[in-house]
Amino acid sequence: AMEGGPGARIREGDCAVLKRDEVFKAVLVLRRRKIIFEKQCFYLDNAIGHIYGTTFEVTSGGNLQPKQEVEETTTETKEAGTDNRNIVDDGKSQKLTHDDIKALKDKGIKGQEIVQQLIENSTTFRDKTEFAQDKYIKKKKKKYEAIITIVKPSTRILSTMYYAREPGKINHLRYDTLAQMLTLGNIHAGTKMIVMETCAGLVLGAVMERMGGYGSIIQMYPGGGPVRAATSCFGFPKPFFDNLHEFPLSKVQSLLSGTFTTETLASDPEENALVEEESNGLSEEKQTSLQEAEEEPATEAPMEINPTEEQDTMDINAEDVEFKENKEKENKENVREKQIKQWERRKKLQEAAALLREKNADGLIVASKFHPAPLLLSLLEFVAPSRPFVVYCQYKEPLLECYTKLRERGGVINLKLSETWLRNYQVLPDRSHPKLTMSGGGGYLLSGITVILEKGKSDSSNSEALKMEEPSSKRCKLQDLPC
Amino acid sequence: MSFVEYGETIKDGDTAIVFLGHESMFPVKVQHGTVTQTKYGVIRHSTDLIGKKYGSRVTCSKGGWVFILHPTPELWTMNLPHRTQILYSTDISIITMMLELKPGSIVCESGTGSGSLSHALIRTVAPTGHLYTVEFHQQRAEKAREEFREHGVEHLVTVTNQDVCKNGFGVSNIADAVFLDIPSPWEAIGHAKSALKAEGGRICSFSPCIEQVQRTCLAMEEYGFTEINTLEILLRVYNVRTISLQIPDLGKAAEDNSSTGFDSSSPSHQGSPCANLQQGTVQFKSGVPLREVVGHTGYLTFATKS
Repeated sequence: AMEGGPGARIREGDCAVLKRDEVFKAVLVLRRRKIIFEKQCFYLDNAIGHIYGTTFEVTSGGNLQPKQEVEETTTETKEAGTDNRNIVDDGKSQKLTHDDIKALKDKGIKGQEIVQQLIENSTTFRDKTEFAQDKYIKKKKKKYEAIITIVKPSTRILSTMYYAREPGKINHLRYDTLAQMLTLGNIHAGTKMIVMETCAGLVLGAVMERMGGYGSIIQMYPGGGPVRAATSCFGFPKPFFDNLHEFPLSKVQSLLSGTFTTETLASDPEENALVEEESNGLSEEKQTSLQEAEEEPATEAPMEINPTEEQDTMDINAEDVEFKENKEKENKENVREKQIKQWERRKKLQEAAALLREKNADGLIVASKFHPAPLLLSLLEFVAPSRPFVVYCQYKEPLLECYTKLRERGGVINLKLSETWLRNYQVLPDRSHPKLTMSGGGGYLLSGITVILEKGKSDSSNSEALKMEEPSSKRCKLQDLPC
Repeated sequence: MSFVEYGETIKDGDTAIVFLGHESMFPVKVQHGTVTQTKYGVIRHSTDLIGKKYGSRVTCSKGGWVFILHPTPELWTMNLPHRTQILYSTDISIITMMLELKPGSIVCESGTGSGSLSHALIRTVAPTGHLYTVEFHQQRAEKAREEFREHGVEHLVTVTNQDVCKNGFGVSNIADAVFLDIPSPWEAIGHAKSALKAEGGRICSFSPCIEQVQRTCLAMEEYGFTEINTLEILLRVYNVRTISLQIPDLGKAAEDNSSTGFDSSSPSHQGSPCANLQQGTVQFKSGVPLREVVGHTGYLTFATKS
């Protein structure tokens, strides 16, 4: 079932994205919850029930009010100059002082009116060219008109937001690079995908959006558990999560070698599900204790004293989530409940393992802070032949290594190392030009297609191996030395 | 097999991709009794293809081998017969994401052209969405219909042969997104608006020339579209190469029998070069940009209907 048909409405509990010009912020829609965004303080209460995409004004009382469509005062031939040769910037052209403007704001005068006042009190305004006047008005509007649009989260919105606000959380994966991954990976409904990411769950969410709830996903995760902070921002309906599985990286080797078992989950690191990146060290400790415990298979789980702490790294009020989570914890301190949960977790792990063991996944997506080579080489084992895979890395060099290792391994073709550059434009009559160029800072991709791996035969079809080397110079003979 | 659902084995009637090597592949219509010529020899469909798994290696009559791949819209884009200039996956990727397409989406497109974008859109909106594509050239429209049928996706697409600027897309108030790749997109903005759902629909217009973009942006503004934004995306591909650079001879430090120039016993610096001690060279792996880079395809302008 598709969430949000035409005109989806803002509901309490939704994760919504506030937008002002090019600035985005994800927030949880809760009543009587103060939101700070773009130097404005307000409550979202009045937005509830409105359609996503509605634009609001912040009232002096800190509430939202739908912006009325006002006819823009169209230019009756206004007075304007021809160039700026006589305009001196002495900082004295605006006659209104800071205090004057503050007084206007305090009186509750709307932003539009303030801008009008600023224009009238500017001695140089009428000498500016029309273009300069336009620019001036735009600038003042941006500052004084508190317009906020509430938009529905989507891959487009969230990937742009994360790249602008918290690129570190997503390994500097720029949104156009993410777009390429989704297409190169042929992500679509009905497939069985393996996803390994440490991008706060953004990549997982993007994959889930393109799968529409059809098919299945196995998310591989490091440490104690998968981080899905960004995933919850998408607002997927519950059924989408029915076929989302997770599997710990730490068990991949055992699965590949056939020694995997769920018997020995004594101090289960998965108890502490969502972990912040900083506390990865903590979960690693738990992991070593787990390895020690694996000596004696345990059939009964020891009592868990510490309630699970879910630490979200969302761009939302952390308090809200904790508040909700704590309430839920209070009701679940029953030991028997814990044992049932333990059993359920084990069952899920077995299901995920079974899905992987089939070695028929329809694709692999990797986007993490880890060196991609070991991930690729091991996870490709679970992918069927003639299926695409895409690996993202913030840096190019590890992908060079992946390329080399994949060539040695065989079983892959059509390897391509690429990056995309993005340039946006200002398009205005007689004033069109590029604005910003984004290159280099968006990360790199290595993509390819799997084929049936036949041991002992090279897959570099025929003469392809020769194409790898540069033509040898006269002096030195080239050898592909193992680096 | 279909372009929206993976199959495991090659069947009669499938469209498969024959991969010969780097950047060398072509599509083939699998048919009992047919034979396909390649530079490595002949492929007999009945014995070499039908019943084999996708991803298999097939040895051709002259001894060389090829791989048989399951088709995807991306492979199709690289191999389809061009009737017009096409959109490539780089542009297609950003279009798909910026139009917020996903399973269940209703999309309108014009012109259909050679169907490159069409296949990608169909794949994304399947199984519950639909593509309404409009093409004013009769033969191209017919060829597109034929291909969609062969590729098992005809239930997801409606091809209409008309001029979108005069008659629109044939639907109203239901589309989640509209895509325009026509010479005069500003003439179709009004039709695009009426095809789009009441609130929140997205539009994209692709034009090679900035003048077209200017007119289109103006039209979008006039029709009340918001969030108007123009961008272009460029793909940079790197070839992975082992590079060998010679060490220059800088002469001797003193009059003795020490090694010439570069002290080959000193540890390598910089990254991880492998010194070839005998030859006086340093080897390293590099991602080398292609000499001829694809430059401009077109400008992409996006906007929202509010």
